[in-house]
Amino acid sequence: MTPAHGPSDGPARTAGARRSPAAAGRAGPAAARRSAEHRRRRRATLAAGVLLYTVLVAAAAAFLLPYYLIARNGLSTDEEITSPEWTLIPGSLQWSNITDLFAGPGSLMATGLWNSAVVAVLQTGGQLLVCSLAGYALARIPYRHAGAVFYAIVATLMIPAAVTFVPTFVMVSSLGWVSSLRGLVIPMLFSGFTAFLFRQFFLNFPAELEDAARVDGLGYWGTYWRVVVPNSLEFFAAIGLITFIGSWNAFLWPLVIAQDAESWTVQIVLSTKITAQTIDLQELFAAAMVSVAPLVLVFLFFQRYIVQGVTETGIKG
Amino acid sequence: MPASAPPLRRRIGALLDRPAWAFWVFAGPFMIGLAVFSYIPILWSVYLSFFEARNTVAPSEFVGLRNYAQMLTSAAFLDSLLTFTLFALFIVPTTVAASLALALLVNRARWAQPFLRSVYFLPAACSYVVAALIWKLSIFNGVRFGLANTVLGWFRAEPQAWLSVTDPPWYWLVLVTLRLWLQVGFYMLIFLAGLQRIPAVLYEAAYVDGARRGWSTLRHITLPQLRTTTAAVLLLNLIAAYQAFDEFYNVLGSDGAYPPYARPPLVYLYYTALGSGQDFGRGTAGAVILALLIAIVTLLQGRLLGFGRERT
Repeated sequence: MTPAHGPSDGPARTAGARRSPAAAGRAGPAAARRSAEHRRRRRATLAAGVLLYTVLVAAAAAFLLPYYLIARNGLSTDEEITSPEWTLIPGSLQWSNITDLFAGPGSLMATGLWNSAVVAVLQTGGQLLVCSLAGYALARIPYRHAGAVFYAIVATLMIPAAVTFVPTFVMVSSLGWVSSLRGLVIPMLFSGFTAFLFRQFFLNFPAELEDAARVDGLGYWGTYWRVVVPNSLEFFAAIGLITFIGSWNAFLWPLVIAQDAESWTVQIVLSTKITAQTIDLQELFAAAMVSVAPLVLVFLFFQRYIVQGVTETGIKG
Repeated sequence: MPASAPPLRRRIGALLDRPAWAFWVFAGPFMIGLAVFSYIPILWSVYLSFFEARNTVAPSEFVGLRNYAQMLTSAAFLDSLLTFTLFALFIVPTTVAASLALALLVNRARWAQPFLRSVYFLPAACSYVVAALIWKLSIFNGVRFGLANTVLGWFRAEPQAWLSVTDPPWYWLVLVTLRLWLQVGFYMLIFLAGLQRIPAVLYEAAYVDGARRGWSTLRHITLPQLRTTTAAVLLLNLIAAYQAFDEFYNVLGSDGAYPPYARPPLVYLYYTALGSGQDFGRGTAGAVILALLIAIVTLLQGRLLGFGRERT
């Protein structure tokens, strides 16, 4: 479907299309007919536009509704949340719901947010480093067995990561890494998919830049760090942001590995509260709001790179 | 220091210029990690699946195919595979249809298109856990102040229990809408990128040949041109559905929920291998079966849809 549906474009434009109705009145009956036809068409286009935007705006409202619910419930009192009368906006915004989450020395939320931030940052940085180096080697360093290595990596893409959580848990627990930062981060660094994406990207990297670096006497290592990486920052940002989002929102692996409360990520803290016997609604929604706010900010500020990451690479995770 | 010996730094640099060395310096750390956290665990779990391995990862009692036989005759495991199939039958077509429809609409929007795109994509910032919280405790909480029941109330309809009753199984509506909300904007972006790659010349040629806007160009140009994108989205969606875990775990709650509530394969494996049972033998056997199943479905779907055959 084409975006061209305004009244003044497209091959359907007729000779009388630009005349005003008054001018049409002075012209012959054929022109008047054309003008009437044009008005009808214009009305139809307008109606189609109104319909289109009605649907789009309604869909936008539906998509934003859950975020509204988090904010409304998170800043309401329990009485307002459970009142049979729907309050659109809480009478007075209960910011204390949020500060209460961090009160006291053993605040699960504070620990959870800290753990999530550390895990997401380390996983993103580590994965970018390890996978981009491997991708560069596969794309650019001539080596006899590079093809075999490439197929060994692609083979792991056939097995969905979620299915391997039992075997990987077995490995991590025999290393003694259960409930530790290492256990949360390190097994997640070696993504065959990310290495594959970097290889595809570096295959299209302009070779002249590398040749120039070689002429200047840089080896592979120097070329990579001084020429290739500085000229690929947008791609690194795109992949890094998608990794960061995936890591912050990850649930299954932290659930398996983080068994002591000190190692819980924020998603595990929330999940524990959701599946608990007694539920404190205002606290829970305030916690959800705090947990999702950093990512909403990341989305608003880095939207361009995230969209690029999603559309260029297909999909991750 | 003798002048003839080059400094250490230079010597390392020279070594790194040999392609074979450079290759392993670059790719070595990744391959070691992949070996430790992918290859070995997978092989080890295939090994474990032939042993009686409760609470231990170094078992001694070889039981042959018993774990596999137990899994394949276990009503709970087969039920979970059936659950997945039902879930996929609902969620995959609706997600693909909704995200394609949304992409077509957004692509026509000439005003505020970037803003609308951002709004539809924003759910991707939300985790399944937070979405489960909103769906379970606010929209479909089953009491009068819940949003769904408030809306029903405006139409003077009776409030529904949604989650706490399994007959009728309204909880499926909760799970399906939750996943739709989280995924549609994401796949919409991919369809939108596919739409914007279609050359405008194709449409112009069609109009010259007398094709009309709307249905006929959609059917004869847009959809065929989106074939590769659609096949990729279908496949990714199907694999994602197979691995459903987060929302089932958080919306339906603990182990005790099954039966009567449905339970997807990963939740079942989680409780078998890592719950109170710690039965790694059966857990890994189940994981192997599931991985094979996903591989078969992937290959079949690739065959059926010609995934990867046309490259544009």
